[in-house]
Amino acid sequence: MIPSSVDYTRASSVTEAIRLLTDNPDAKILAGGHSLIPAMKLRLNAPSLLIDIARIPELRFISDEGDKVVIGAASTHHDIISNEAVQDMKAMIEAGELIGDTQVRNMGTLGGSIAHADPSADWPAVLLALGASIQVQGPNGERSIAANEFFLGFFMTALDEGEIVTAIHIPKLAEGQQTAYRKFMQPASRFAIVGCGVSVTVEGGLIKDAKVAFTGVSDAAFLDEGVAAALIEQPVTLETIEAAANAAAEGDIHINEDHFSSQAYRKHLAKVYAKRALAGACGLD
Amino acid sequence: MPKITVTVNGTSHTSEVEGRLLLVHYLRDTLHLTGTHVGCDTSSCGACTIHLDGKAVKSCSMLAAQADGSTITTIEGLATGNELHPLQEGFKEEHGLQCGFCTPGMIMCAADLLSHNPNPSEQEIREGLEGNICRCTGYHNIVRAIQYAANKSLVVSE
Ligand SMILES: Cc1cc2nc3c(=O)[nH]c(=O)nc-3n(C[C@H](O)[C@H](O)[C@H](O)COP(=O)(O)OP(=O)(O)OC[C@H]3O[C@@H](n4cnc5c(N)ncnc54)[C@H](O)[C@@H]3O)c2cc1C
Ligand code: FES
Ligand code: FES
Repeated sequence: MIPSSVDYTRASSVTEAIRLLTDNPDAKILAGGHSLIPAMKLRLNAPSLLIDIARIPELRFISDEGDKVVIGAASTHHDIISNEAVQDMKAMIEAGELIGDTQVRNMGTLGGSIAHADPSADWPAVLLALGASIQVQGPNGERSIAANEFFLGFFMTALDEGEIVTAIHIPKLAEGQQTAYRKFMQPASRFAIVGCGVSVTVEGGLIKDAKVAFTGVSDAAFLDEGVAAALIEQPVTLETIEAAANAAAEGDIHINEDHFSSQAYRKHLAKVYAKRALAGACGLD
Repeated sequence: MPKITVTVNGTSHTSEVEGRLLLVHYLRDTLHLTGTHVGCDTSSCGACTIHLDGKAVKSCSMLAAQADGSTITTIEGLATGNELHPLQEGFKEEHGLQCGFCTPGMIMCAADLLSHNPNPSEQEIREGLEGNICRCTGYHNIVRAIQYAANKSLVVSE
């Protein structure tokens, strides 16, 4: 299948990309193209102009900045999982290694994945669990958006018109903090039916801080406060984890349903994968 | 129309291309390098796998324009004259193909795998090929073909 006609240009800087985006209302940013090009081939998307940002040097880097790791938006999934700076963030590695396949990981980017905000994408759950923040730049300058304020809904983010994601800031792990990611994947597409990213901080044998995030479960990735609350001040045991995980995907949230999985099955999977991810982070699996 | 310059299997080509032209169509229809196949419309099968600046990518899921300035290797660029690349030899020796449609993509993906993991386990080979689908072989002989190439330990990453 062939996309409809489109103009193509390569931006040489972030400022130029923003100007092109502002001047061309039907234009779209192109990063790895591994969500956008397949959608254009299916004619689900037909922008008039593609603004390629993949080779802008200021967008493709990974740096250790003391209290945080900063990842340029155009860093590929492969760049990230093979970088020294994130190796102790197990959730990043475990999620990144399960994205698509080798070829997809060589092209697809972190910035593209989060800007696209597919409800089944892996990175959003990891960024939520790690308390990341997203740096964006637009015609009105730069701002930073906390991950838990970024993913607003079905393919919907907090990005304003003309804004692009420039970098992702991930706080370094604290003493006693461990992370993990587990996913139940759709066997053909490898996208998450349920993916769970967690961070657990243990001090003196008790869980002092916990973040549990899901992708695939609802119309956007989200932090499950119920599971996190049930872990606080609890000892690190499988019993504690199982009890907390049973609180997953309860309460007032919309649960996705499709021909792979009913709402009831997804809810069940959320509890199972919360348990597995938490056990993984705590070294109990 | 964007003007692109790419080096494909060691030869530089400059072409004007339509913005929407997929890289796989540029390789097949413009450069007549038909070893790179199109097996699906959904970015799933990997038959179109080539190396873009040394890394395996699906050429059906990117534009020719995105490759401007890059170095590309296709299946046609692997052998040295009449001497087969160890992976090509492996597929021949171990009967790693039946209809052969998936083979170019399998080999290009395996070459990426061996370039950073010269001695992969069977499990690592299977995981490394998760983006490539074969409708004929059942994969066992594909895995053996790649083990053959790894054992030859000759694999020169191009
Ligand atoms: C076969 C296959 C399997 C896949 N499996 C998985 C999987 O298991 N898990 C998973 O999470 N993903 C999966 N993906 C999606 C893949 O990870 C994509 O690469 C990713 O979702 C989008 O990144 P990209 O760089 O390719 O973005 P593009 O396709 O270039 O862009 C996607 C969207 O984001 C916008 N955009 C891109 N970059 C920016 C930016 N910096 N600022 C603002 N907007 C921007 C574009 O305008 C476009 O609307 C798969 C894709 C394929 C083809
Ligand atoms: S033709 Fe490219 S993945 Fe099938
Ligand atoms: S040999 Fe026929 S598809 Fe693999």
